[in-house]
Amino acid sequence: MIYLQLFWSFFQVGLFSIGGGYAAMPIIQNQVVTQHGWLSMTEFADVITISQMTPGPISINSATFVGIRIAGIWGAVIATVGCVLPSCIIVLTLAFIYYKYRNLTLAQGILGGLRPAVVAMIASAGLAILVLAFWEGKPVSVNPQDLDWISIVLFSICLFVLRKWKSDPIIVMSGAGFVGLCAYYFLGR
Amino acid sequence: MKKDLKFFWKLFTSTFSLSAFTFGGGFVIVPLMRKKFVQELHWIEEEEMLDLTAIAQSSPGAIAVNAAILIGYRLAGFLGALITVVATVLPPLIILSIISVGYTAFRDSVIVNYVLKGMQAGVAAVIVDVVINMAQEIVKEKHALPIIVMVGAFIAACVFKVNVIYIVLACGIIGAFSVRKKNPAKEGEK
Repeated sequence: MIYLQLFWSFFQVGLFSIGGGYAAMPIIQNQVVTQHGWLSMTEFADVITISQMTPGPISINSATFVGIRIAGIWGAVIATVGCVLPSCIIVLTLAFIYYKYRNLTLAQGILGGLRPAVVAMIASAGLAILVLAFWEGKPVSVNPQDLDWISIVLFSICLFVLRKWKSDPIIVMSGAGFVGLCAYYFLGR
Repeated sequence: MKKDLKFFWKLFTSTFSLSAFTFGGGFVIVPLMRKKFVQELHWIEEEEMLDLTAIAQSSPGAIAVNAAILIGYRLAGFLGALITVVATVLPPLIILSIISVGYTAFRDSVIVNYVLKGMQAGVAAVIVDVVINMAQEIVKEKHALPIIVMVGAFIAACVFKVNVIYIVLACGIIGAFSVRKKNPAKEGEK
């Protein structure tokens, strides 16, 4: 029963990918390429590339992609449900515990330690994207020829707009996409 | 806050549009959610959002999905969680289903690449903006420990590439010890 296999495979992906994002990648590869042979390694690499180009988590993207290739649209839906289910169970349990005990001193202390850590980790992820945008994945250097100046100008304008007018991020990003298209198309790189 | 149809529709559309614009996955959606639910709609408090982020980060699965579940549950219980999960999963499900048909053309398209390059700069700006706000909140409290933890965690994540799970664990333990030592009298407050 292919639906059951898809469900179980992506249930495991959802369950064992801790730390988000790229942490899921080797687990998906193991399930989809090594164990079941649903995708070739090249196809899997394509899924990762497409995942980076489209919104949504890598695990959900590959669940959809694999599901639809193996068993049509219902395959995609079932693989996605399997992928999300472990999260639902575990996160809801933790949420219940959090709302029950968050006023305890100990819980307050733990959460007080976690808050600055969360800010730091978001900052770290932001920096990684910044480096990718400015240097296009090449090694970081101060040589102006290696820098993507369009991206730097776009970034500066976006940041200025966000800080000054507190604009809606989705509008800012859409604008950046449109201006980016025009700039790269007409100015080259 | 009334839990009527209008509220659920707003919850669905907000989560849906956030998910549709989460390029780069993981931590990108968290600043966006914060901007939407904390600053714009005022449905969730600042500190609570950080707590929910920590839970989303340390649970298995995609952070975007975990954070959505938590926000939905916080705002409207299980029904809320169901709505936000569906709203988060739907955009990638639809987009990938369409792309899987002609994916080589999409992958190699110059136009698509240019738009995405532009959006990448925009995403980076959004994250930097949010990080500045969040760091200001922490510095403003003028306690040494949170600032040290923030800087230390940043160095650990960024320079030493320490697995986030260990960072979360270590900072949780530091936090637990800080209350035990400093103020046992704080019990029962809040």
